[in-house]
Amino acid sequence: MNKYLLYPGCSMDSSAKAYMESLNEILEPLDLHLEEIEDWNCCGATEYLGINLIPAYSLIARNLALATKQMDGTRTVVAPCSACYLNLAKADYYMQERPTLGAKVNEALAAGGLEYKAGTLDVRHLIDVLVYDVGLDTIRSKVVRPLSGLKVVPYMGCMLPRPDYQHRWSDHEHPTELDDLLRALGADVIDYPLTTECCGGHMTQIGPETAFELIRRLVADADERGAQMMVTVCPMCQMNIDAYQNEANHFFGTNYHMPILFFTQLMGLAFGKEPGDLGIGVELVSARNALANIGVEVPVTQEPAAPRKKDEGLPMPRRWTRHEGKKEAVK
Amino acid sequence: MPQMTDERIRAGLTREEDLSLLHEVSMKTAGVSHLEMCIQCGTCGGSCPVAMDMEHTPRMLFAMLRAGMREEVLRSNTPWLCVSCYHCVVRCPQEVHIADVMYTLKGMAIQAKLYTDSTAPHFSQTFVDMVEAYGRSYEMGLASRHYLRHFPLRLPSMMPMGLGMITKGRMTITPKKIKHLDQLKSILRRAKQLELTS
Ligand code: SF4
Ligand code: SF4
Ligand code: SF4
Ligand code: SF4
Repeated sequence: MNKYLLYPGCSMDSSAKAYMESLNEILEPLDLHLEEIEDWNCCGATEYLGINLIPAYSLIARNLALATKQMDGTRTVVAPCSACYLNLAKADYYMQERPTLGAKVNEALAAGGLEYKAGTLDVRHLIDVLVYDVGLDTIRSKVVRPLSGLKVVPYMGCMLPRPDYQHRWSDHEHPTELDDLLRALGADVIDYPLTTECCGGHMTQIGPETAFELIRRLVADADERGAQMMVTVCPMCQMNIDAYQNEANHFFGTNYHMPILFFTQLMGLAFGKEPGDLGIGVELVSARNALANIGVEVPVTQEPAAPRKKDEGLPMPRRWTRHEGKKEAVK
Repeated sequence: MPQMTDERIRAGLTREEDLSLLHEVSMKTAGVSHLEMCIQCGTCGGSCPVAMDMEHTPRMLFAMLRAGMREEVLRSNTPWLCVSCYHCVVRCPQEVHIADVMYTLKGMAIQAKLYTDSTAPHFSQTFVDMVEAYGRSYEMGLASRHYLRHFPLRLPSMMPMGLGMITKGRMTITPKKIKHLDQLKSILRRAKQLELTS
C-alpha cells in the first residue's frame, strides 16, 4: 500500500468534484492510500501573493505545518490541483532559498502554535505520483476497456511543469507525462504543441477579453487537430475551458464544442468503472458524443434551464461581445 | 546599490529613493529575485502570451525599475495582466523570478493606491476576504460579488453557466468553514505585522 498525504484544495468538492469522485474510484485498483491533511485551509490561489507576501506564505505554510503532524510512514504531500501544487512547492522552496522568509513565516505560524521546517515534506502533483511511483506498467495492467478510438489532446496547463523547482518533469514546455499516461490507457493521443500554454488563470474573472483569446487558441487548435476532447490535470484549467467556452464562443462568434475531462475520469473508464461514478456528465460542454465513439453511454443528468428565447418583461442588458470587450483602437 | 551618475541626474532622477527602487522590489520578492541581474535580453516579453495587452513588456518594466520610475511602474497594467504562466521564468537566461516580481509589484501598487483599473485588485481582495473569513474559498459568493461590481454586462451571458454549475452540483451555495479558524486568524494577524525587507 502506497500512502500519501492529500491536499485536496477547495475546488475538489465543488467545481471539480468530478475530479475527486474519479480519483476515489481509481485508488483501490492502484493500491493507493491518500490521507487528507486535517483541517487544511485554502492556499490562496494566485490572489493572496499579489496582496501581501508574509500572510500569503503563512497561509500556504499552515498546510505544510499541519501535514508534518501526519507524516507517519510518508513525507509526500500530493496535490491534484496545479495551482495548489505550485503554491505548496513554492513556499517550501522559497523558505529555503530565502531564510529570512522562512524565519518570518515561522514567526507567524508560531502565533497559531505551529512550525514548518522547509524541506521536511516532498510536494508533488497527482500525475507525477501516478506516472513515476505507481508507474505506467501497473496502470496498463489495470486497463480492461482500452480507450482506442478516442481522439484526445493532453492539456498539461502552465503551472505544473513550470517553474519546476524540484526538476520533476520531462520538459518545461513539452512534457510528455500526460501523453504517456493516456497512451497507456489505449487512447489515440494527438500531438498538442499548446499543451503547456496558459488558459488564462484568473483572467476569466478580471480581464475576460485576454482570457477568452487564450481559451480560443487552445480550443481552436485542439479542434483543428481533430481532437474529440481535451484532457486536463487541473481544476482551474477545467473550469476555464469548460465553463467559459460558451462565453468565449459568443465573444468571437465561434461555435466550438470541445469537452474537457480530468485524466482520472479517463483512467476510471479504462479501468472499467461506470461513467456516472466518475463524475462524467457534470461538465458543461458535454462529453457524451465524444464518449459514444468508444461505446460509452453517459447517463443524462439534469441540464441547465435553457435561457428564454424572446425578450419579455424587463429589458435586459445586451450580452458581452467582442465589440464591447475590446478597447477602440486609437487612430 | 546603484551609484548616482551624471546621466541619472541629467535624466531628472535625483532622489535617493528612486535609485533604490530596484533594490526595494528585489528585497520585497519572496525568494532570491535575481532582478538586479537582468541583462535586458527581451526573452521574457517574447515568451509572454499576454504581451499584446501589456502596456510594458516585462523587460521594459525592469528597465523602468532600474531607472527609478516608481509611479510609472506601479501604474502599469503589466503585473495585473501577468497570468503566472512561467514561460518567461524558465527561459530567462538570468533566472530572474519574473512572475514573483510581478506579485511584488501588485502588492506595492495596492499599497500606493496606484493601480488604474480596480477590477483585479478588487477580485484579489474579495478572494482574500473570503479565505480569511472561512479558511476556504467560496466560489459562488466570490463570483456573484465580483460580477455585480465589475461586469454587470456580463451577467446575462454568465447566467446559463452559473445555473449549469449549480444544477450540476458544481458550485456550493454555502461556504465551508475550517475547524480552527481562530488559529488561522492569529497566524494571519501576526503575519500582517511582519514584512520582508532584508
Ligand atoms: S488553488 Fe484554488 S483550489 Fe487550490 S486551494 Fe487554492 S483556491 Fe483552493
Ligand atoms: S493553465 Fe491556466 S488554470 Fe491551468 S494552471 Fe495555468 S493558469 Fe492555472
Ligand atoms: S528574460 Fe530575464 S534577463 Fe532577459 S530581459 Fe527578461 S528578465 Fe531580463
Ligand atoms: S509569467 Fe507573466 S510575464 Fe511571464 S510570460 Fe507568463 S504572463 Fe508573461
